[in-house]
Amino acid sequence: MIPQLEIARPRSRSRITPGSISMADFLQRIAERGDVEAFRKLFQSYGPRVKSYMMRQGADANTAEELAQETMLTVWRKASLYSVEKGSATTWIYTIARNLRIDRLRKEMTWVALPEGHDQQASSDALPDDVLSEQERKKRVQAALAVLPPDQLEVVSLSYIEGLSHSEIAERLGLPLGTVKSRMRLAYQKIRELVEDLK
Amino acid sequence: MKITHHPHPESLMSCSAGSMPEAFAAIMSSHMTMCPQCQADLAFMESIGVAMFDKIPSASLAQDAPVMALRAGEAADRDAEPAKARGGVPAPLIPVVGSDLSTIKWKRLTPGVSQHVIALANERRGDLRLIKVAPGQALPEHGHTGSELTLVLQGSYRDKTGHYRVGDVADMTGDASHQPIADPIEGCICLIATEGRLKFKSLMARMVQPFAGI
Repeated sequence: MIPQLEIARPRSRSRITPGSISMADFLQRIAERGDVEAFRKLFQSYGPRVKSYMMRQGADANTAEELAQETMLTVWRKASLYSVEKGSATTWIYTIARNLRIDRLRKEMTWVALPEGHDQQASSDALPDDVLSEQERKKRVQAALAVLPPDQLEVVSLSYIEGLSHSEIAERLGLPLGTVKSRMRLAYQKIRELVEDLK
Repeated sequence: MKITHHPHPESLMSCSAGSMPEAFAAIMSSHMTMCPQCQADLAFMESIGVAMFDKIPSASLAQDAPVMALRAGEAADRDAEPAKARGGVPAPLIPVVGSDLSTIKWKRLTPGVSQHVIALANERRGDLRLIKVAPGQALPEHGHTGSELTLVLQGSYRDKTGHYRVGDVADMTGDASHQPIADPIEGCICLIATEGRLKFKSLMARMVQPFAGI
């Protein structure tokens, strides 16, 4: 139903890097045979980052710990839904953490249900190469973020890392709502331009 | 379905960050079911979140990996098939409004304008409602205090910014002011998320006034 992604999906000629792919590999091992050791590796790698993310989203240390544990448990339980063509392990775990955060910290319904939504976005014949290009894209986005003007990076960060809505950002920074929105839009244009330019 | 009006990039960003008030996320998810372009854009926005998440310094965990849960059988947890859109209701909305727009219980606001308020878990951050406007009916010119997202579910409407058909989203902020007119034959049913509660109420008051005053 949903056509293949048309956005930046640069093909890279470089080979799979061991560090980035092994996490997706662990996830697949959990999916295929409930590999406890693979889960431990994932837990050690992502658990602390998820906890940190939850704390930045306003959770106290105990709640953040619980949510990190629950995120990783969800990773374990839903591993069968994961496959390499849905993207990197980081993307998948990030979306699980984000959705759990909406559900628990906001106590709101998770309307945009990812990662399940990725089922529709992933092309059926995706190659491991696509995962690599996703890694590549992440690097390019990080490079673009590094050169954003500070006022633009600030609003993007408040949105993604602290989980604030446009109005909440406006209130926090004492700016008109329209200014927050235009800074975010400029940041997006800059990031998209830099990521696609490098193709 | 040809969609010509989309949410702005900053709305897609906030949506992918999981930072929108629930009412707005409801509009976005409904629009997504009809708009492959915004789905693809949202995936790009998500890569921004992933890039930032990836750079967060770790916090040390007090507990190790939970051992008790690690039994192979538990790794098979398949979610139910997502509901399909039926009767004009996008799939994400079916749990809150049912599957058929013709069975909605409307509350009349003025002759030609009815609403159905959708209860949300956290109303503090915004309101979500369905609005039904009779064929050819115009709403009074009005502005917005906060953000407002409108998704057309049935029929269409026009204002100075264009013609909004099924699946189209109007993404408006404070300074914008408009006077929507519903399609002369089909009328219009929209899903509207608002932050500026007071302003919306004053719109309703202005709508009611001319009739109540007679």
